[in-house]
Amino acid sequence: MSVLVPGDTEGVVAAIRAAHAAGTPLAVEGNGSKAGLLRPMQAAQTLSTRGLAGISLYSPQELILTAGAGTTVAAVAEVVAAKGQHIIAEPPDLSAFYGSTGAATLGGMVAANLSGPRRVMWGATRDHVMGVVAVNGIGERIHSGGRVLKNVTGLDLCKLLTGSHGTLAVLTEITLKVLPAPERRGTLVLKGLDPARAVAALSHALGSPYAVSGAAHLPAEMAARVPALAWIGDSVTVARIEDFAPAVAYRTERLRADLAEFGAAELLDDAASVAAWAAIRDVAPLVAEPGAVWRVSVRPSAGPAVAAAVARAFEARWFMDWGGGLLWIAGPATAAAHDAVVAAAGQGAWTLMRGPEALRAAVAVIPPEAPALARIGRNVKAAFDPKGILNPGRMVAGI
Amino acid sequence: MIAQPAPKREVMARRDIIVAGLGRLVPESGLIADPIRLKPYETDGLSAYRQTPMAVVLPETTEQVAAVMAFCHQEGVRVVPRGAGTSLSGGALPMVDSVVLGLMRMNRVLEIDYADRCAVVQAGVTNIGITQAVQDEGFFYAPDPSSQLACMIGGNVNMNSGGAHCLRYGVTANNLLGLRIVTVAGEVVEIGGAHLDAAGYDWLGLLTGSEGMLAVVTEVTVRILRSPEGARAMLAAFGSNEIAGACVDAIIGSGIIPVALEFMDRPAIHACEAFAHAGYPLDAEAMLIIEVEGSVAEQDYVLDRIREICNRFDPVSLRVSQSAEESLAIWKGRKGAFGAVGRISPDYLCMDGTIPTSRLAEVLGRIGAMSAACGLQVANIFHAGDGNLHPLIMFDANDPSSFHKAETFGADILKLCVEVGGCLTGEHGVGVEKRDLMGVQFSEIELEQQRRVKSAFDPGWLLNPSKVFPLKPEGALAA
Repeated sequence: MSVLVPGDTEGVVAAIRAAHAAGTPLAVEGNGSKAGLLRPMQAAQTLSTRGLAGISLYSPQELILTAGAGTTVAAVAEVVAAKGQHIIAEPPDLSAFYGSTGAATLGGMVAANLSGPRRVMWGATRDHVMGVVAVNGIGERIHSGGRVLKNVTGLDLCKLLTGSHGTLAVLTEITLKVLPAPERRGTLVLKGLDPARAVAALSHALGSPYAVSGAAHLPAEMAARVPALAWIGDSVTVARIEDFAPAVAYRTERLRADLAEFGAAELLDDAASVAAWAAIRDVAPLVAEPGAVWRVSVRPSAGPAVAAAVARAFEARWFMDWGGGLLWIAGPATAAAHDAVVAAAGQGAWTLMRGPEALRAAVAVIPPEAPALARIGRNVKAAFDPKGILNPGRMVAGI
Repeated sequence: MIAQPAPKREVMARRDIIVAGLGRLVPESGLIADPIRLKPYETDGLSAYRQTPMAVVLPETTEQVAAVMAFCHQEGVRVVPRGAGTSLSGGALPMVDSVVLGLMRMNRVLEIDYADRCAVVQAGVTNIGITQAVQDEGFFYAPDPSSQLACMIGGNVNMNSGGAHCLRYGVTANNLLGLRIVTVAGEVVEIGGAHLDAAGYDWLGLLTGSEGMLAVVTEVTVRILRSPEGARAMLAAFGSNEIAGACVDAIIGSGIIPVALEFMDRPAIHACEAFAHAGYPLDAEAMLIIEVEGSVAEQDYVLDRIREICNRFDPVSLRVSQSAEESLAIWKGRKGAFGAVGRISPDYLCMDGTIPTSRLAEVLGRIGAMSAACGLQVANIFHAGDGNLHPLIMFDANDPSSFHKAETFGADILKLCVEVGGCLTGEHGVGVEKRDLMGVQFSEIELEQQRRVKSAFDPGWLLNPSKVFPLKPEGALAA
């Protein structure tokens, strides 16, 4: 299988025009670090955006950064950190999770709309994509949004393309909103709560005026796999506050008092906070699990019931983020386990994040849409990629 | 003036049959076809443009909306959705062969869930109505457009409305979880829900800001947030626009993101002070309103840091509010800016471009030169943290040449915004007002891509057509 690595947007245009003319399907990737996500693809050619690397604009006082889609997330993080800023949605580094060697790219982060613990307070990756340049399946260069923070001019194709996994257009350049990184982080730890009490405590924390920016619960066995939390020796419920140092000191004390009914909370210092939340963000407790891993997004108060339901169906390993609204679940790579996850998710959304190719090819990896929406979805796909050459079948079989 | 596409003759010819058909789908009081009673629906917040629709329907349920849409789809009738009619870009301007679908009777709060921090409301609930429904429990709905007393959440979703506090809390798109929509063919579809992340294409994101062209929104699930412990404002006034702009950069560059950071130029300061008597410094060329949140000690800490930064820029005056009343007074002038300009000029156009904040002084200088050249006054109000500029162009609507000059001046400002790296509209939407300027920001290929997305939802271009996209030659729609 040949890999096309254009060095600029014009090169992507040329590659897609040729593929469009020939009707050749293209597998679109950055460094391929998330190839194990969603459905496996059979494409004659791979089009990589890794040649589109480099930061072309960074204006810290305007909170704006523009970079080629092939720029690594780590490179962006390093550049903004040098100016005291950070990538707002705290995207996970899933290289260990997927066992991949390639470094995750900005294009991949946006195409997969991956967000970490801070999403609960500060929004998802899709909320901070201010502009994109992309090439559709006809080989036309299109831009949407721009390099300003507020823009409602025309349809918001930035949001449509974010999370579309390269099935509508190939992202070549991305403009991201960034924010000042917090001066300090503090994390309150409650131990020994069951899932329902944990979600109640996190709901209390997230509903407080203290701007809680992380809210997770790990059963004892999962917490034991996170070095920064293993010493607790029980289930762990964590709430994070990030801000200027005096604000963190004040608010963690107030929140500790407010959470007294859930037990005596201990305080993780800045360094332990960073380590604990990086592990939660990167799904570290489930990295070594065999089988399949699902990501389920539900109404937060439904989180404990989802966990209980999958635990009844199979030997599940799981933990919750986003105050109970996000569950990472590991279990056997079987259609029966998959069906159990789907049933447990109910009205929520689910994604088969990792699993053997056979399972990912056999089941729906994201929820099927209602017929009216599925029809619109096919029309939208055709509006960008009429010959269906971009990442065919990556999200939904046959599309 | 903005051109309108030719009415569909076959629809106009069947007017009575269509009106009778609509009458069977909504309660009797929910059908308006009488010319006098249609008057209020001729226009919206962009009152320079008026068109009388064939009829107005005011459904009370999603099922009635679906029935109306299915009927209009079958009859080939164009539909213009409308909330409170506060659009400043003509987003709800009817067409003479259209049915206006007014959502204002769908005004119930259906569910409030404090534990999961969300609320489900019908499209006709006002923006402030959401906050009023949850404020007794200490919660609020964050986006706060200036029209928030009147504007409705369905319109907010369709225009992706912003407000003065979106620097901290984001715009409408960042505060939504789910929608119930009705497709152009009358199908009811649920998008998202009470969970944070959907899988699949981001329909919620695409529909937000789609200006009523893709589907009709009947219910909205919004995030509600716990109110901060308190908030306080300060005023900082400077000797030039350049200096004030540099101070904004320094504040944000220092790592402080105030919840609001508003900029007013000299004409705006004078107009607002005469109106609100807020104690604005009349000897300044530019003024910032800066608001921070948190406990009193947290406010003090951040305000001290901001004051220290401001002091590096040789301020004409600095005033930190000492009380909630004083903060309110400081905001009263800013929030009353439109009324204030209305007192000194018979009419005004409110523009809404966004610029990179680093280009502020240059842009204000060029707007000043344009103002002098065309002889129309302009006052500038600016959401300084996010670059959203609101020049208020003063003119006299009784003088057609004055209106024409104002429109040309406004268009030139928006072209300037694009030229310096910004965009035509930050929060008001394209509507009809900026429709014919879209070619300044987008190539024809890009506009065609967006039109194809519209067609994917609405193949016959029945839903709020003639908005956003320039007409084809001979005034035809792009369907």
